[in-house]
Amino acid sequence: MSSSIESLVNKEYQYGFVTDVESDAIPPGLSEETVRLISARKREPEWLLDWRLKAFRRWQAMTEPRWPNVKYKTIDYQAQTYYSAPRSVKPLQSLEEVDPELLKTYEKLGISLNEQKRLSGVAVDAIFDSVSVGTTMKAELKKHGVIFCSFGEAVLEHPELVQRYLGSVVPYSDNYFAALNSAVFSDGSFVYIPKGVRCPLELSTYFRINAADTGQFERTLIVADEGAYVSYLEGCTAPKRSTNQLHAAVVEIVSLDNAQVKYSTVQNWYAGDKDGVGGIYNFVTKRGKAFTNSKISWTQVETGSAITWKYPSVILQGDNSVGEFYSVAVVNNYQQADTGTKMIHIGKNTKSTIISKGISAGHGQNSYRGQVKVLGKASGARNYTQCDSMLIGNQCGAHTFPYIEIANNTATLEHEASTSKIGEDQIFYCKQRGLNTEHAISLIVAGFCKEVFKELPMEFALEAQQLLGVSLEGSVG
Amino acid sequence: MLKIENLTANVGDKQILKGISLSVNPGEVHAIMGPNGSGKSTLAQVIAGHPGYEVTGGTVTYEGQDLLDMDAEVRAQQGIFLAFQYPVEIPGVSNAYFLRAAYNEIRKARGEEEVDPMEFLDVMTERLKIVEMGDDMLQRSVNFGFSGGEKKRNEIFQMAVLEPKLAILDETDSGLDIDALRIVAEGVNKLKRPDRSTIVVTHYQRLLNYIVPDFVHVLAQGRIVRSGGKDLALELEERGYDWLLETAGASA
Ligand SMILES: Nc1ncnc2c1ncn2[C@@H]1O[C@H](COP(=O)(O)OP(=O)(O)OP(=O)(O)O)[C@@H](O)[C@H]1O
Ligand SMILES: [Mg+2]
Repeated sequence: MSSSIESLVNKEYQYGFVTDVESDAIPPGLSEETVRLISARKREPEWLLDWRLKAFRRWQAMTEPRWPNVKYKTIDYQAQTYYSAPRSVKPLQSLEEVDPELLKTYEKLGISLNEQKRLSGVAVDAIFDSVSVGTTMKAELKKHGVIFCSFGEAVLEHPELVQRYLGSVVPYSDNYFAALNSAVFSDGSFVYIPKGVRCPLELSTYFRINAADTGQFERTLIVADEGAYVSYLEGCTAPKRSTNQLHAAVVEIVSLDNAQVKYSTVQNWYAGDKDGVGGIYNFVTKRGKAFTNSKISWTQVETGSAITWKYPSVILQGDNSVGEFYSVAVVNNYQQADTGTKMIHIGKNTKSTIISKGISAGHGQNSYRGQVKVLGKASGARNYTQCDSMLIGNQCGAHTFPYIEIANNTATLEHEASTSKIGEDQIFYCKQRGLNTEHAISLIVAGFCKEVFKELPMEFALEAQQLLGVSLEGSVG
Repeated sequence: MLKIENLTANVGDKQILKGISLSVNPGEVHAIMGPNGSGKSTLAQVIAGHPGYEVTGGTVTYEGQDLLDMDAEVRAQQGIFLAFQYPVEIPGVSNAYFLRAAYNEIRKARGEEEVDPMEFLDVMTERLKIVEMGDDMLQRSVNFGFSGGEKKRNEIFQMAVLEPKLAILDETDSGLDIDALRIVAEGVNKLKRPDRSTIVVTHYQRLLNYIVPDFVHVLAQGRIVRSGGKDLALELEERGYDWLLETAGASA
């Protein structure tokens, strides 16, 4: 049979441009001195420097994890630059002061920082390399008592909140990359929703890596006070470069009693070229702690990065708390992803749902790794896991590593898994109805991912679907 | 409208179609009958442009153009529709969404405006009546979890929406209950126009009582071994295929 599911051509990555701005970077290399320099640049208080230093010492005693099902060249941590900021960005600057060159960059990425032109209903924090260049809609949010600003600004303006919650969900000693991040983190977003407030806007952070040989180590902290609600979205892109760049982020969510946090990610870091050269190494720790009757929901659409290592998790601390994880992970060409979640049931009658859709094309390798842990006191805990893989072509791989640990026999667990292949017959059926091959594939894949896409905020569902189509373009000739 | 001359086609190294010639004029209904494995579906798939079949010789002209030179989607956009013997399931994609995508691709190819979901809903609602189907199926995934008969009926519903110039129905009658057979056949008849042609692949004379063919062809071992009027189908019903195969064998 003249199989058409073979040839691979890489589609141009449309966010691969570089912005020409003068940047202020500290020299490459990592030592206590680097940590002190970063902290000083950011005019941080003593307690935060101490915390960073503790993390750094801890990191030095740790070794890089080897258990993920991904292969990559050893990372030279001394060759990286840990802080780079456009010279024009001043601490606590207002939106009017933002360098036009940076505004243009975001316009080009489809993100307008001009509040008049913005999509209504969304506030944006724009992070460029190691710093935030601006946050929109602040005034509107302030009316409701919502704090949405860069992490650096939060440290200066709301130190008591940061100090109280930083590291409360992901301690600096949690894992190798979390320790590294805790030592050298640069910027990220901070969100605080006061008691009983339903955040009136979608909050969104847009991360952009620009400088070469520079790692991005952002740190995001979201606190939803009792009875609060917030929906938060992050997006990310980077220029095309032939060297690999490191991105090691930490996201912590605290969802207090009766609060709800919905966190959505559309991850589109540069994935490397069709031969697997270049691309972002994406090592991310994301975790939320859900208190009594509260809910944390993670939705991720992972299409970019050369390597993705990421397990957005929920600690179901309080009784009746709910954790959800909806994931679409796409690998094409030589991309590798090892992603999944951990649901730790501590409280009574806690409930978790895991829906994972892995799509592999080209030579891509996609692993789902998920843990469901039910502790002794978590009576009545329930988990539903559905883990589906789709293969496009014959040279890619799909793997699943589910771990289950149950210490309470009243727990109910359901697990479903499937692997399917986009068949030539499915594609032909669509073509016979007038759709071309690419349209057919994006339609079939969108159908496969439907349960996850419907969890995304409306404005972004379509974007995610298109992105998926683009990432898979050329995967079937 | 369609002119096939001395068409040969392979699957892998195996020759399936061994020199088929067939002419279909606007408004005509042609029935193709023949034993299992004789190449009927292969012929249908080759006309529709399935990449799994390799055309090794002959020509196919459609409305004056070289059909074999067109991609499958272009053939569809130009008005060729195949009702599959085994319709394919597409989980998670609603019938309505799928059909609108197809409908708009065909409109775009004709240089017409795309329709929005609301306008299209009207189109679908009207066409559902032709096949007497409920509108609940619009939101169901394409063929997913459909019964065998529902899948066949859904093919004719798609045909009713897309209004092809040349429809090829590959054993649309198999798997249909008696009432469904009548409804589907009447649906096909309602869609008949002087400028539209139909090729009906079937094993049963019964369907041809409803969809009356202008010509009946018997395909055996990759060749058309006999062509005739609608009475040929009656004769086959009575006598089977053996007598034709013997003649075919003798002349081969
Ligand atoms: N994809 C394929 N791979 C291998 N053999 C095939 C393939 N498609 C068709 N064939 C073979 O070609 C021959 C003709 O098949 P085809 O499906 O065209 O027959 P048919 O006349 O439609 O039969 P039926 O009445 O059973 O539907 C059969 O021997 C079949 O096994
Ligand atoms: Mg057949």
